[in-house]
Order: sequence, then structure tokens, then C-alpha cells
Amino acid sequence: MESTILIFLIFILVLSIFLGFEIISKVPSLLHTPLMSGSNAISGVTVVGALIAAGLAKGVGDNDVAAILGGIAIFLAMINVVGGYFVTDRMLNMFKKKK
Amino acid sequence: MNISILINIVYILAAIAFILGFKLMSSPESARKGNLISGIGMLSAIIVTLMDAQVQRYDFILIGLLAGSVVGLILAYRTPMTGMPQMVGLLNGFGGLASFLVAWAEFHAHKHHLTAGSAAIIWVAAIIGAVTFTGSVIAWAKLEEKFISGKPITYKGQQIVTTIVVLGMLVSGALFAIQVQSENGYLYFAAFTFFSMVLGVLLTIPIGGADMPVVICLLNSYSGMAACASGFIIQNNLLIVAGALVGASGIILTLIMCKAMNRSIANVFLGGFGAPPSGSSAEVVGELKEVKADDAYLMLEAANKVVIVPGYGLAVSQAQHAVRELMEALEKNGAEVSFAIHPVAGRMPGHMNVLLAEANVSYDAMVEMDSINPQMENVDVCMIIGANDVVNPAAQEDKNSPLWGMPIIEAYKARTVIVMKRGKGKGFAGVENILFFRNNCRMLYGDAKASLQNLIAAFKGA
Repeated sequence: MESTILIFLIFILVLSIFLGFEIISKVPSLLHTPLMSGSNAISGVTVVGALIAAGLAKGVGDNDVAAILGGIAIFLAMINVVGGYFVTDRMLNMFKKKK
Repeated sequence: MNISILINIVYILAAIAFILGFKLMSSPESARKGNLISGIGMLSAIIVTLMDAQVQRYDFILIGLLAGSVVGLILAYRTPMTGMPQMVGLLNGFGGLASFLVAWAEFHAHKHHLTAGSAAIIWVAAIIGAVTFTGSVIAWAKLEEKFISGKPITYKGQQIVTTIVVLGMLVSGALFAIQVQSENGYLYFAAFTFFSMVLGVLLTIPIGGADMPVVICLLNSYSGMAACASGFIIQNNLLIVAGALVGASGIILTLIMCKAMNRSIANVFLGGFGAPPSGSSAEVVGELKEVKADDAYLMLEAANKVVIVPGYGLAVSQAQHAVRELMEALEKNGAEVSFAIHPVAGRMPGHMNVLLAEANVSYDAMVEMDSINPQMENVDVCMIIGANDVVNPAAQEDKNSPLWGMPIIEAYKARTVIVMKRGKGKGFAGVENILFFRNNCRMLYGDAKASLQNLIAAFKGA
């Protein structure tokens, strides 16, 4: 990897960490469990990397093995994405204000 | 328009959606909408990635997307709210393993032309993913208490073994980066995978019981860091932003939990965390004063302000619905009722809130420890159900107590305290609770659900 790209990516990383601390410290403890399951869903963003690996062209060099590994990764990441978002929705739906 | 520009624009929008999603979680009114926006962002990111020029085949993609979605849906709707810590623990592990596999696939596909720098990044992503995976599996098994005991497992020379494993991981990683293109590449890859998987186990087995929530938070953070690291491999900003947000979230929660238990983060990694501390606390003076349901009813009937302190014991005896019924009866009687929730009540952060919300307790009745303590002196009856250490005044009064320094709900300041308890046992920390011996404290023994139902019946009969 070129060092200029690496620096650029680190730049994004550092800003995101600061942003993360700012917005997440404002989440009330009331919602910490849905926050964690929602985080599970977002960490499933790895699926983007997995899709690229699983979509590598057939029959070229080592691509087939990589595609199988990518397919398994998609399976696992999708459990996080779908399971995480839906269970978070299910929980948040339970939080009701007094009528 | 160039397709790769379109893809990147959608990635930017997805990143905004994730950030907005977290931001809207700052209030229970907007949180559900935030989750939806975040989900739409994720869906869009997945769809545009399928249009990427590098994606040439769809067989494994379709199988993975479909099978993962089905399993995810089943988990999301079948998991009971009491099982939420296990589900989050399991998902942490899946996230870690997925990132590990992406790193592996990337290494396998490009192993003949990887630079040492790229190999080092693959190493970072793979070890974080592998540690998260095995650590989460152990944490999950401990919470389930099916395959291994929930108790901390410690052994002699623990720190030496851990050090050796970490060294092995570092050395094999360095060799991997230098010789990635040689035929030894796979050997070193296998070696650091092995070491990091062992490390995940070693870091989790010494932790047990009441301290598992800290580990779940930390592993939650790791799963984000793993996604972040795989973002560096494929040079994708979306993965880096999303991973960093999740990483930050997990760290914040870890710090909150550590503070609520008065332990340092370093304590988490050192062996024996959560083992019963051996401190000689002061002698307890006074006696336990038992009360029957009809007398407890009279106390509650006369109260204007009632605070209920729920602990995990409440969920164990499935008494959430009974406690909500009692709340309604009290409110009908003209009392003001609120729930005081300690940060470590339940088995993960915010767990008790979810369990109460499930039983239709409105969230405005749930009060945080720091907001309830200043009001405690004006409380007529403080009812403690299935909580113990989090209301023990020894944390503020007895310097020799293992609980010393831990923030507590100051239940002892209430005019009358009623403690619902199964028997005369001690709390998680194995410490005698000096609150129970106070003059203003009454013990209501028996199953929490049955006791609550007796009280509700008394209110209905009145």
C-alpha cells in the first residue's frame, strides 16, 4: 500500500474515533443494550469486504478459495447485520413513554 | 456516471446514516428511527458493492446473503430479552470471525504480490478478528453456563503463558510480513492464527460471574476494531468509519461498567478478575428483621414516594410483569413510583431497562443511580428486589470491604427499606450486606414473584 493512502486512511480513522466518542457518550444508559446490538449490526459492515472477496473472478489463480472464504464471511456478517438491526428494532419498540 | 464514483457516493451516504443512527439514539423517542436510517444505509452499501467491477460471480454471494439473513432473523425474533447478553456475545464473535475470513481471503488471493506493509495490515485484521472470535465464544458459553462454568478459571503461571502466546503472535506476525511471498507465508499465517485464537481464550477464561458484562462490552469494541482493520486491507473508508464508531462505543461502555464496579481496565486483563475478593470486613452489628407480606403492604399503602431497586434476581424469577402490576396498584393508591437502576444491574449495560420495558414499564419511570441518590432522603419506601451489592453501604463506610469505593444506590437513606430476598445468602461479591441489619430495613423472604403477587393481592383486596 502506498504510504499516502495509508496516511489518508489513518486520518479518517482518527476523526471517526473522536466523532464516535462524542456522539456515543450522549446515548443514555437506558438505551445501552440496544446500543450494543445496534453496534453488532454496524460491525457487520465487514460484509462489504466479504462481497468483494466472494465476487473474485472464477478460475483465476487462487480466486476460488478466496471466494469460498468470502462467502462464509458474508454469511457471518449478514447474521450480524440482519440479526443486529432487527433485534434492536424489537427492543426499541418496547420503550414506551407514559400515556 | 462512472460506477466507482457512484459506489463511493453511496458509501459516504451510508457513513452519514450510521452516524445519524447513533446520534438519534440519544433519546428513546428518536432511537427507533435512527436504527431504521442506519439499516437503510447498510442495505444501500451492500447493494452498490454488488455493482463493483471486482465482483464477477454471484454464487457464493447469494448463498451467503440469504443464509445469513435467515439465521439473523431467527436470532432476532427468537432470543428472549433475558438472553440478550448471550446474543450480543455471539454476534461479537461472528463479526470478529467475518473480519478474520476477509483478511484470510485477501491474503490467499494476493499472496504472490503482497508487500510487507499490506501483509502487516492483514496480520492486524486477522489477529483482532481471531481474538474476538474465540473470546466471544468463551464469553457466550460462560453466560449460557452450558459448556463451561460461569466461574472464573485461574491457574498458576497464567501470566507467563499469556506472555508466551503474545510473543508467539508477534514473532510469527513479523516473519509473515517479511516472508509473505515465500512458500512459508501460509505457515506463519497459520501460526499467528493459532496464537491469537488461544489468546482470545486465555483472556476470557479468568473472568467470571458478575464481571462478564465488562468483557461483552470490550469484545463489542474489538469486533468494531476488526471491521476497521479489514477496512484498511481493502482500503475502504466506510469500513473504517463504521468500525471506529463501534470500537468507540464498546470502549465507552467498558469504561462505564468498570467505573460502576470500581475496577480499572488493567484489572480486566489480569487474571482472577471477578474472583471473590478476600478482605476482612468489619463485624456486622444488629439483626435481620423479617417482615410478612401483610405488614409490607401496610408500609407501602401509607407511602407517597416509592423507589424500586431491581437486580438480576428479578429477571431470574420472571417477576417483571408482577413488579409492573404492583407499580400500577401503588400509583392507583396515589404513590409516586420509580425504578432506580444501577449501571451494573442485569448482565449487560442497560439490560434491566430492556427487561422492564418488555414488561410495559414506561421509560420515564426508570431513573439512573446519579439522579435518584439526591432524592433518596424523601423516599418513604425503597423496595429492593433481587439486588444486593449495589445497595450495600459498606461501599461508602467500610474501608476494608471488597466493595469499598463502588458507587451504590443509597437505599439506606430512605425512611423504610424492604428487601425481597430468596434466602439469607450473600451477594455476588460474597460480602455481607450491612444494609440488611439497619433499623429502617425489613426483610421479606421468599420468591420475588410470589411475594409481589401477595402484595398485589393485598392492594386488590383493600
